Amino acid sequence: MRSPLSCCNRMRTFWDIELRDLRLGYGETVVLENFSAVLPAGKISVILGGSGSGKSTLLRHIIGLARPLSGQILLGGQDLFALPPKAFRRIRRRMGVLFQDGALLGSLTLGENVALPLAEHTRLSPDDIRAIVRHTLFLVNLAGFAGYYPSELSGGMRKRAGLARALVTLPPLLLCDEPTSGLDPVNAAQMDALLLTMKKRFPDMTIVTVSHDMASVRALADHILVLADKTVAYAGDLDGLQKTANPYLRLFLDRAAPREDDGAPCPAAADLDPAVRGRMAEALDSWLESR
Amino acid sequence: MQQRHFALTGLIASLGRLVLNFIAEMGAMALFAAQGIRHMPSRGQAGKVIRQIYFMGAGSFFLIVLIGLFTGMVLGLQGYYNLAQFGSEGLLGSAVALSLIRELGPVLTAIMVTGRAGSAMAAEIGVMRISDQIDALEVMDISPMGYLVAPRVTASLLCFPLLTSVFTIVGILGGYVSGVLLLGISQGVYFDRIASSVVWADVQGCLLKSLVFALTVILVCCYKGYFAHMRTDGMGPEAVSNATTSAVVLSCVLLLTGDYALTSFLL
Ligand SMILES: Nc1ncnc2c1ncn2[C@@H]1O[C@H](COP(=O)(O)OP(=O)(O)OP(=O)(O)O)[C@@H](O)[C@H]1O
Ligand SMILES: [Mg+2]
Repeated sequence: MRSPLSCCNRMRTFWDIELRDLRLGYGETVVLENFSAVLPAGKISVILGGSGSGKSTLLRHIIGLARPLSGQILLGGQDLFALPPKAFRRIRRRMGVLFQDGALLGSLTLGENVALPLAEHTRLSPDDIRAIVRHTLFLVNLAGFAGYYPSELSGGMRKRAGLARALVTLPPLLLCDEPTSGLDPVNAAQMDALLLTMKKRFPDMTIVTVSHDMASVRALADHILVLADKTVAYAGDLDGLQKTANPYLRLFLDRAAPREDDGAPCPAAADLDPAVRGRMAEALDSWLESR
Repeated sequence: MQQRHFALTGLIASLGRLVLNFIAEMGAMALFAAQGIRHMPSRGQAGKVIRQIYFMGAGSFFLIVLIGLFTGMVLGLQGYYNLAQFGSEGLLGSAVALSLIRELGPVLTAIMVTGRAGSAMAAEIGVMRISDQIDALEVMDISPMGYLVAPRVTASLLCFPLLTSVFTIVGILGGYVSGVLLLGISQGVYFDRIASSVVWADVQGCLLKSLVFALTVILVCCYKGYFAHMRTDGMGPEAVSNATTSAVVLSCVLLLTGDYALTSFLL
């Protein structure tokens, strides 16, 4: 069968995403500051960082859902937030986004969710849309689930459905917030393979994905951005990251927690006031013993 | 002396802040309303509008019939005993019909629909907001205004006048039940009085009110849900529940104050 997704070979280029002197946050809280970086066009960039390091926040800003506190996000030299609304929407049309927990519309079935961008924006016939949706769901391993509602699916399935919805318009820029977290190893590997396949089929596609899974970083990354300490701790390719001497980055790479005899005790345990710890133990004991 | 002075300025300041916040919110709501109405004619709306009509109109129908019936019956009872004191029970029909058509029909219908459909709308849109679904719509270049708000506004403009009419007619029949069937006024007098006292302007006023109330209720409820994530009195599910509560409260307040304003304008 000729894949409906492979028939479309228009030029699908995006621009370098240039982050310049950014400061991101919510109101008073600053999440990331003092950094500049470039996510190159036509490459797979992986944003790496611990939980709460601001990966989703950075992504929300690139999509234009939130404004930076200061600094600019430049696409092809144009400041995303200085564009007139029409031009802004035209650029956003070229983005496909997988949100961290899928963000599928709860009142629509999977099939309707995936069909939504096509049904709203294109003149495709319902039969064509159905065929494309079936194929896209097949790609993310959800064939046969088109009639299910998001609440009837597992978290991993919702995530894959979210990816299907992001992919269905073949966006020149694909942004994925943790596509593989919450998936079993087999499905995670398939997800990585799917991204690589998309990349092979559409060499111009720019992919930005968030991850804290080194296995998929090794499989995918052309370019890596590591977030730590409220800023970008590393930007470059995988080889450079492998050679780094930065202790935090090494932790990520080697995925081993420092042992206590390394002289780096667990900070949370060290900080707790012994008196508080005593009361806590007592309270927990009495709770566990209570009927 | 100094102390009392500070307490007084503090009081005035917080009163001022309250008023300013209220005005700011009304302004934001007016902008929201303009946006929602601007998106009403966008294409591909028919299916969504029909779904909303089903939910808002068909879903509220029996409730409206029930409430209308008992409102009319109680009006018949109260009216009968009050009018009987002046020996003018014959006026019952006109008393029941005019109070229903001019006031109770539009107002009670709007309040019932607020409770049944408006609260659900605020909650649904609020949940969509806190689970990134509205952001997802925006990213897909589907205007949340066109997708969520406009169909509801259109549906409400069709449903409210119809539901109000149903309420009013059933209410008049309720007055008939208690006045004629139970208390023994003659049927001819009851309906004759209605025919001679209700004029076209009353019906027009009734429909105008129901349209204004439709816009008020739906826009307030959608607005509160839509901005559930900006609330300062809670986060996540709590924000949604607070948004729902304040949507119902604000709708009712605006309904009744608006009703007073409209009535004084129409009379
Ligand atoms: N709406 C918000 N308002 C205020 N602070 C927020 C908001 N969303 C996130 N934050 C804060 O921003 C920081 C970064 O959050 P973010 O969601 O970007 O992390 P993340 O790197 O995506 O983490 P994870 O891997 O767990 O998804 C966190 O400290 C969080 O507390
Ligand atoms: Mg995240």
